[in-house]
Amino acid sequence: MEVMYEQDYRHIQAIVDRLHHESNGKAVLLIDKNGQEIAASGEIENLDTTSLSSLMAGNVAATGGIAKLLQESEFSGQFHEGQRTNVHISIVAQRLILVVLFDERSSLGLVRLRVRKASKELKNTLDAMMAKAVQPSEPSIFSEITDEDIDNLFND
Amino acid sequence: MYYGPGLCGKTTNLQYIYQKTNPEAKGKMISLATETERTLFFDFLPLSLGQIRGFKTRFHLYTVPGQVFYDASRKLILKGVDGVVFVADSQIERMEANIESLDNLADNLEEQGYNLEKIPYVMQYNKRDLPNAAPVAQLHELLNPQKIPQYEAVAITGQGVFDTLKAVAKLVLTELRRGGR
Repeated sequence: MEVMYEQDYRHIQAIVDRLHHESNGKAVLLIDKNGQEIAASGEIENLDTTSLSSLMAGNVAATGGIAKLLQESEFSGQFHEGQRTNVHISIVAQRLILVVLFDERSSLGLVRLRVRKASKELKNTLDAMMAKAVQPSEPSIFSEITDEDIDNLFND
Repeated sequence: MYYGPGLCGKTTNLQYIYQKTNPEAKGKMISLATETERTLFFDFLPLSLGQIRGFKTRFHLYTVPGQVFYDASRKLILKGVDGVVFVADSQIERMEANIESLDNLADNLEEQGYNLEKIPYVMQYNKRDLPNAAPVAQLHELLNPQKIPQYEAVAITGQGVFDTLKAVAKLVLTELRRGGR
């Protein structure tokens, strides 16, 4: 349960958009390790990004579990090769999952190169967000929610 | 997160919710299961419940694989959990399996830095329709010393399924308001 503000979100979305463009990929997804979609760009109208996010997170968690058993700290990247669509999965700043879907219009080399650049930018943005979060801030935006509001959600 | 021993009805809970929810409120249900329909990794169901003060609420329901030897997978799925439903199998002969699974839940939560006493958590006694179901009082004594909210259910017909879901969803939202975690 973390809060992201509009300005940070826009910044992150811009990085994801740029990665989509520069990598020549079909789509880019940024997901947190719990499987929640944070940002998406590209040809996503026909993609079930909710399910994809959950499965990608499950996949990364399973791979992380394997790494631990092999005394590796983490496998930082994965690549799945399909007949039409390839998937490049990498971990950003130990907490986010960056996924690039691409086809023959791009290549693994190009995707890797652009992902590396975008990862650095995302990490910097996250670090700045964390630094902000450490400072005492205004009360939680959720604190105004009443019991009644919660009950109303279930009146169906 | 639905937790509990093998064959207690975690996946059945999700399947019932999936069947009874408006198409616009739910996403696809995903089951990573073996050929014999035993959960291998997890089931996943995204669910929208409407708005609170302009905030859309969306819940992600997961089950863990119940079988003892899938413990490594269970640990992974517990990462980032916001609330837990423990689905107990009411049958007398499954009591040991219930207790083992509950102990396993407590251990695995602790390993991830959570605590059963603090996390939003409700209990469901499933399979109440079976002739060999233990009395609720006995289940309560064995499995629910903390006296958390408990619900009787027959997941396969849907009895108690939504009551359980609403209870845990409310606790999660209340925790969010409190600024927990």
